[in-house]
Amino acid sequence: MKYRALLLALGFAALPVAADSPTVSWTWSAVPDSAVPGKAEFERSCSICHGAGPDRPGTNSLQIKYDGKVSALLEERTDLTADQVRYYVRNGFAMMPRFRKTELTDAQVDAIARYLTRPR
Amino acid sequence: MRTPPGVAASRFAQVLTQWRSIVGADWVFTSESDLDTYRDSYSPMYGEPSERIASAVVAPDSAEQVCEVMKIAYAAGVPMYPISTGKNLTYGGSAPAYSGSVILDLKRMNRILEVSERNAFALVEPGVSYFDLYRYIRERGLKLWIDCPDPGWGSLVGNSLDHGAGYTNAPYRDHFEAHCGMEVVLADGELVRTGMGAMPNSKTWQQFRYGMGPMVDGIFSQSNFGVVTKMGFWLMPEPECAMYLQAEAFHYEDGVAFIDTLAGLLYKDLIGSQTHVESAIMGYPVAPDLAKLRADPGEGRAAALNAYARSKNLPFWAAPFSLYGPEDVVRAKLGHVREAFERMGATVREIAFLKFPITDDQVNQAPDKPRFGIPNLAYFTSRFAPGAPLFEGHIDFSPVVPLDGQTVREAQDIFDKVCRDHQIYPLGGRMLVYHLRAATLIYAIPVGRDAAANQRARDGFSKLMEVAAEHGWGEYRIHPAFMDKGMSLYSYNNGALHRFHERLKDAVDPRGILSAGRYGIWPKHLRSST
Repeated sequence: MKYRALLLALGFAALPVAADSPTVSWTWSAVPDSAVPGKAEFERSCSICHGAGPDRPGTNSLQIKYDGKVSALLEERTDLTADQVRYYVRNGFAMMPRFRKTELTDAQVDAIARYLTRPR
Repeated sequence: MRTPPGVAASRFAQVLTQWRSIVGADWVFTSESDLDTYRDSYSPMYGEPSERIASAVVAPDSAEQVCEVMKIAYAAGVPMYPISTGKNLTYGGSAPAYSGSVILDLKRMNRILEVSERNAFALVEPGVSYFDLYRYIRERGLKLWIDCPDPGWGSLVGNSLDHGAGYTNAPYRDHFEAHCGMEVVLADGELVRTGMGAMPNSKTWQQFRYGMGPMVDGIFSQSNFGVVTKMGFWLMPEPECAMYLQAEAFHYEDGVAFIDTLAGLLYKDLIGSQTHVESAIMGYPVAPDLAKLRADPGEGRAAALNAYARSKNLPFWAAPFSLYGPEDVVRAKLGHVREAFERMGATVREIAFLKFPITDDQVNQAPDKPRFGIPNLAYFTSRFAPGAPLFEGHIDFSPVVPLDGQTVREAQDIFDKVCRDHQIYPLGGRMLVYHLRAATLIYAIPVGRDAAANQRARDGFSKLMEVAAEHGWGEYRIHPAFMDKGMSLYSYNNGALHRFHERLKDAVDPRGILSAGRYGIWPKHLRSST
């Protein structure tokens, strides 16, 4: 990483974002780690589509699908299983594409699955 | 284990071992389940034997690793297909153009190497998404904007190389036009920097594109001549304010003058942003009662369509656009824009006005976020209404037509008829001005998991391409399933341009290992079979 070292030496704002693990973060600001396992991973990778707020296509689609009979917000669901979550992340559904290990490691997918199936 | 075409299994096993020693065992994928994640979720051949699939994946973390991976691939003749973030959905996603290629996944190379506020540029690796750069700029409070396409999870590098575009002012919204400087790994592993980057210790790599000698950057876009590992982009300084507006006209007959008025304002640079002309009446999807009115060739058609628009309280034509800059400048421009539209009976209304910088809440609430330089994923909705068919994906027919009202309207009527004849029901059909000085019509043709419907979509798509070419209109970008046909329509002088591409391919990548088939450029050993 001679080039990065050179940039740092010259005082440029080089940002070493990642080394060994994927760090996808489809967010507008940094999401801090959370005491609740998997919550930060969900917010970084899923909430841009499945969170609350305007223009969230996953939430919009599930609202139309369930018409309020089941929550359109995945974080409010209590009927999801970890296997379901893992399946949809790796296989996609409709407009939701598949997510690769270079985007989300198995450990990150497991953390998201744990978060969405946490005891409440 | 899958094996790439033309490579013996034993030799490929050696290659995989060598790659693992370079990138680490965790970043070479060969299992069926891992390879499935590289399928094109929006493939028009999904699940059919002709679907293009990968035989393995290698995911390096640096340009140095890319060089080493490519040297090994070159020595063994392994077909390789680089992807950046793999989000070029609609235009192929993360699947190869030549089935059985090994995917060179560059997503892990996600470093933002430099952002200069003073000179308004960024230097990034291919795995950097629009969200990544937006967050970097926002966290540091830099007075810079990004320009992003509708889906913000894609790569700046990948989108630019496929001639993608966004929403803010020219030249930033034409993403290849806004690039400045590349680093490229050639098929044999040699590392090249273009423009001023060719000078060691260059101080202007991201500020002066030409360097010395031929400017070669263009040959690395929509091609297979190298793996781009770094790329510079010019960024728009953050404007003092942004005004999001919409011009509206109210009659079918206004269509031509409306587009011509808009074009005049674009050419004069009174509107610098992306704009498009949409119509709830003439666009898609089409309600059944409206479809009947549109298909009617009778004399009363225009009056019936006008009455339909009035009954729904809808403008017949609408053109959203944005003005950026100091507020007095924006308001002065708005005065001229409004006057031009009012002269032809149209109006202009304000949708949103924001002064910058904006709060996190304003970011979250901003409508049509890319117009404010904010990435999002709003377009990925699978369901549009209760009971409506599930939207599973699309391939986009995107011909470039002259920016004049008469031609645009003629083209829309022609393509509308082809869609009806082939029973394909696209979304969109808008005239967009993404790139400079041309109109692009985009028809998002649904594809999914139904092979018969996909076949209909493919047949209709082919017909649309042929009809467009008969009129002198060509696509700006295309799904790999149609790259051969698309390039064959650029056939001036017995396909001289395509043959030139092949001559370049033979010179730059004589073993023909890189992205075979991309944009119709096949290596010598595969040409006879295609």
